[in-house]
Amino acid sequence: MDFALLLEKSILILILTAITLGIATYLTYGERKVAAFLQDRIGPNRAGIFGILQPIADAGKMFFKEELIPKNAEKWLFILGPGLAMITACITSAVIPWGSHLELFGRTIQLQVADVDIGILYIMGIVSVGVYGIMIGGWASNNKYSLYGAIRASSQMISYELGMGLALIAVIMMSGSLSLREIVEQQSGWGGMQWNIIYQPLGFIIFFTCALAECNRAPFDLPECETELIGGYHTEYSSMKLGFYLFAEYINMFISSAVMTCVYFGGYNFPGMHLIDSQNLLATLQIVAIFLKISFFIFAFMWIRWTLPRFRYDQLMHLGWKTMIPLAIVNMLLTGGGMLLFGN
Amino acid sequence: MNPDSVFNTLDISHYIYLSSVLFCIGLFGVLTRRNAIVLLMCIELMLNAVNLLFVAFSSYMGDSAGQLFVFFIMVVAAAEAAVGLAIIVMIYRNTRSTDVGLFDKLKG
Amino acid sequence: MLLTILGLPPAFLLLSFITILCALYVVTNTNPVYSVLALILAFFSISAHYVLLNAQFLAVVNLIVYAGAIMVLFLFVLMLLNLNKESEPIVKMGWHIGAAVTAGLLLVTLAAALHKSSEQIMRNPAEDIGLVKNLGKVLFTDYLVPFELSGILFLAAMVGAVLLGKKQTNSKENNNYSETSSQ
Repeated sequence: MDFALLLEKSILILILTAITLGIATYLTYGERKVAAFLQDRIGPNRAGIFGILQPIADAGKMFFKEELIPKNAEKWLFILGPGLAMITACITSAVIPWGSHLELFGRTIQLQVADVDIGILYIMGIVSVGVYGIMIGGWASNNKYSLYGAIRASSQMISYELGMGLALIAVIMMSGSLSLREIVEQQSGWGGMQWNIIYQPLGFIIFFTCALAECNRAPFDLPECETELIGGYHTEYSSMKLGFYLFAEYINMFISSAVMTCVYFGGYNFPGMHLIDSQNLLATLQIVAIFLKISFFIFAFMWIRWTLPRFRYDQLMHLGWKTMIPLAIVNMLLTGGGMLLFGN
Repeated sequence: MNPDSVFNTLDISHYIYLSSVLFCIGLFGVLTRRNAIVLLMCIELMLNAVNLLFVAFSSYMGDSAGQLFVFFIMVVAAAEAAVGLAIIVMIYRNTRSTDVGLFDKLKG
Repeated sequence: MLLTILGLPPAFLLLSFITILCALYVVTNTNPVYSVLALILAFFSISAHYVLLNAQFLAVVNLIVYAGAIMVLFLFVLMLLNLNKESEPIVKMGWHIGAAVTAGLLLVTLAAALHKSSEQIMRNPAEDIGLVKNLGKVLFTDYLVPFELSGILFLAAMVGAVLLGKKQTNSKENNNYSETSSQ
């Protein structure tokens, strides 16, 4: 294999992992600040200026806490659970295009780790495997609340995966490609504003709802639901293993925002991008654009969490099976009909 | 074509041996286990051995029909798992056991 | 013999080793939850084999269908029924030996029969048949009827599973287990 390509990809993966972890760390801070803003409070403001060092203090606390493994737990699976949750959260970012390409040292550097022609399927695959971290951790704890959390998580994630996949099929029908880069490139018309959201408003709402449920975020956070399950699948976890579960949730939030941006909101396209001549400047601005869009979605996630009350479990299942899936099928039919009529 | 690809460095007979071994391990499981859920898992393993062989033949011959058959086998396997597990859960509700040895009684 | 095995591509060797080890673990372990996890790992390595064989689409579909759906269902049922290792009765040793002999004989037969056929295969590897575009074309032209039939099969399976999973409302005397603890 080409050595330079290997080096380039390794550097990209390193940077991406560092950024993902850094963002996940600061999302905990963001979450508290947003919560404080929505509840008319100040939020963390002691560690550093505006409390900016708070996540680092939290991480330090997590690392140095005493680590407890319950006597009756399945020890290896108990350790494997958070690790799996973290790995599946981190590897999804491989197929997301962060910008077009940079031109450095006479080389063209693609700002994407793997431009595979089945990018969306890869994401669906990782999402469907992502449930194991929670299931294994919850089962291995040997605690009935954890087990309930694990069972709830698995049935919730299987149910909402269907709606998510069906919503994506409508987009795939329009674009005729499973590659995320291809889908993003197709949204660059109209001066960088021909985003799929214009054609797929219903699909986006379905996808967004399902993404909330897949990330176990409120109002669908029934697997961890403190009032009923005392923390659900991570009841028995402490120190950095707990930290891994919480981290994985924030990384999932970041990645699903990135996927939503790429599929429905034009990815790295931004208005006026055709006016910029320099490729490197364009790529930099594209990265800024995609991160701005992602931040907006993350804010929306937090906004919803601190606004809507939690669903009841039967309501959650009804919403998934009796509302989301039929709506997604209707959306698919509408898309097909529209393509037939207007000859897209 | 890439000279390092498996098609040039590996004879198809190795894939045949691998999937035969997997199939026979699955068969051994089906014959020795008594837990109905594990039995279903062993059957999935046997199906996967067949899938692997289908894909190997299809790729070596450059014919996509084999890969489509794998697709259909997956459909059948998914349907089988759904119905099979539903039946096992039903039986468990009545007998409190998933032992296939107890399933031969006609009267619960 | 050992030398010929060591001469094979390392990726193939490693993956085959993992696959066979996991498969053995699945059939010999008495705790079904560990069996499920080993089987998931086996499916992952089979997916990696598909990638080696240039069948990327099937590799991902294998992950989504087997690791992502079917095995989650198995794990879910195991957790729901809360089965542990005591739930499985011990099988007699003679039965094990018989099964091993049967499986071994089948292995010899299969390997011999298929090895013969491997010489007749025309080797004509093409790199692009595993791509979605080409598979889709063949699926929706030559194999349209089986595709539609598999849709009907799925519908039937879904209806069957829902019907089986439903609790009977007119519970008979010996059926009152079904109304108590679902956990």
